[in-house]
Amino acid sequence: MIAPATSAPPAPTATSGAPSPIGGALITLSDIHKRYNIGLPNEAEVLRGISLTVAHGEFVALIGPSGSGKSTLLNIIGLLEQATTGSYQIEGQETSALDDAALTLQRRITLGFVFQFHHLLPAFTALENVTLPALMREGKVSAAQRDHAREVLAAVGLSAAMDKKPGELSGGMQQRVAIARALVLNPPLVLADEPTGNLDRAASDEVFALLRKMHAELKTSFLIVTHDPRLAARCDRIVELIDGSIASDAAVVATEPTPPATPAMATAADKKSS
Amino acid sequence: MFNAFGFERSVATRFMIEGRVQSLLILAGVAAGVAVVAYISALMASVQLNLIDKTLGAQAHVTLSALDDSIIPARDAGADKSEADDTALDTVLNTTTPQILTQTQPRAQRPRSPKNWRLLEPLLEATPGIAAVSPIITAGGLAVRGEVSKSIAISGVELNRYDRIVRLRSKVVAGVARLEPGEGMIGRDLADDLGVRVGDRLNIIVGSVTDSLRVTALLDYGVRDVNRRAVIVPLRTAQSLVNLPGGATGIELSLVDLWAAPAFAEDFARRWAYKVESWQDANPQLVSALTAQSVSTSLIRAVVMIVVVLGISSVLVVSVVQKRREIGILRAMGATRGQVMRIFLLQGAIVGALGSALGIGLAWAMIWAFVAFVHGEDGLPLFAITFPPSLALIVSAIAIVCGILAAVAPARRAAKLDPAQAIRI
Repeated sequence: MIAPATSAPPAPTATSGAPSPIGGALITLSDIHKRYNIGLPNEAEVLRGISLTVAHGEFVALIGPSGSGKSTLLNIIGLLEQATTGSYQIEGQETSALDDAALTLQRRITLGFVFQFHHLLPAFTALENVTLPALMREGKVSAAQRDHAREVLAAVGLSAAMDKKPGELSGGMQQRVAIARALVLNPPLVLADEPTGNLDRAASDEVFALLRKMHAELKTSFLIVTHDPRLAARCDRIVELIDGSIASDAAVVATEPTPPATPAMATAADKKSS
Repeated sequence: MFNAFGFERSVATRFMIEGRVQSLLILAGVAAGVAVVAYISALMASVQLNLIDKTLGAQAHVTLSALDDSIIPARDAGADKSEADDTALDTVLNTTTPQILTQTQPRAQRPRSPKNWRLLEPLLEATPGIAAVSPIITAGGLAVRGEVSKSIAISGVELNRYDRIVRLRSKVVAGVARLEPGEGMIGRDLADDLGVRVGDRLNIIVGSVTDSLRVTALLDYGVRDVNRRAVIVPLRTAQSLVNLPGGATGIELSLVDLWAAPAFAEDFARRWAYKVESWQDANPQLVSALTAQSVSTSLIRAVVMIVVVLGISSVLVVSVVQKRREIGILRAMGATRGQVMRIFLLQGAIVGALGSALGIGLAWAMIWAFVAFVHGEDGLPLFAITFPPSLALIVSAIAIVCGILAAVAPARRAAKLDPAQAIRI
């Protein structure tokens, strides 16, 4: 069990820190459009009027077929790209007019990222990867921050692998390091792009269970892009994107136990992990 | 401040360790470049000093003497009146200006003392930057022994003061440096020509004056022509030889920094009515040879440094491409463009610093090898190469600056990477 926020380093602004109680809007997107190659013959509209609100403490799955605009939407929510038109607010603050420096700062204090291919820095150990956000912020890692990083790594089940480099860890373990890194500074929102997409089924279940566990402990909001309906069904809410528009957005009705995946889906998931 | 770059330092060093083969190769390149620059600089500085030392062995850095005797043309006061009617001439000469006789016969330069030279001496001695001041009388004459007479260049000096100008005592190859009245020191080739040894007497003739002196020492200036003509006598002896009682034909100066000679010369010429010559004025060919050498050396150094800069730059450009994904994730995590840029600038600086440390060591080894193994015919090292710490520091500083400059373009490229795209790769 890790303590939320209390042992984390002080946050630079009020937007970070202890999560607000579930229910308040964390991010609000209104009529987001994203067009590429504007004015060129190959102009494409990838997002067509997305309006979406994610509340503090929600655990949301973003699903949809390839090319439906999931990754683009995640990049916009992650402040890695900006929408062509529309409004995107984080805790009531409009982000569409921010410059690169302000977006970077906002990313630093609001967001944690987990990617499909882990994206750990191969030259750093697991522990160093997890202390990297603190190092980036303050230019050094205090003993308290290091201890906190150890706690988070222990919480994701990596007590024994802290001093190993990513190359020495299995895919599932690397993804757990990435989750620990995303959570270490206690951001209000963690964005995960196919976090289990590169893992076999057992590892994928493990990682997903870990995400749920961390959510239960920290009450951090999670927005998870996934292809896997089996995993999406284990989220609290599923937003389905088709052709750049939201096709459906509904809370998951609690089903016990987890519905078995169809053979076709399982095959697809296994193929990905191979 | 130190902490402020902790993140950048940490990532930069890890990136370099991760790509250690690349890092080692470029370090070797920088080290080689720095070694060449440092070695050439040390070698050339020593070669030039050696050359100057050998060539200027018998010369002062600055010499002051009386202004040349010249005829001041007289004014022809009646010219304008008598020619008043000649309008053609009027237009040429302009009747309002006095006419000048333009053709004069240059005067023969007899030995003369610079005015008030005795007063000038203490003034010069008190001037900062001047190491030594020595009055001198120079004259041409003949040395006669038996039936042989040789043309000689006589310098009348006060031994101790002159010694500080040309280090006369270090040139003594036989006898003892001493200049009592009636004594003299002569070049060793002149001694051979005349068949004299230390303790022998010889006659010297200047104009119509003849004197006899006993040879106390033989001198070797390192230049045969000088050795064949040099005769050093006491100042008083020279004064009577050239009929200049209490006088000196010049004042010779030795400077702390011999390269400052033209500046001193210019300053003196502006302040006083003396003829002032720096060693550069007296040796224009040597100066142009040295300049050509310096320019070539600078050119080589510049080219080597450009190659080093290009080497570092190309390795870092490759590194930026290789690390795109890492840069993307760092940017996604909240690394600013400035931080990403500094990661690569720091790599340039580290390569420059480590490369220069290795390069300085290498240059030192090369210099040691040169001194130890390259010998002249006499079995002694050709000349001493010195490698002053200041040179090492300057070369290192330049290498670090070059490293940072080389990293500017790759660093900007890294900072401009779009994190969304970089992560997708």
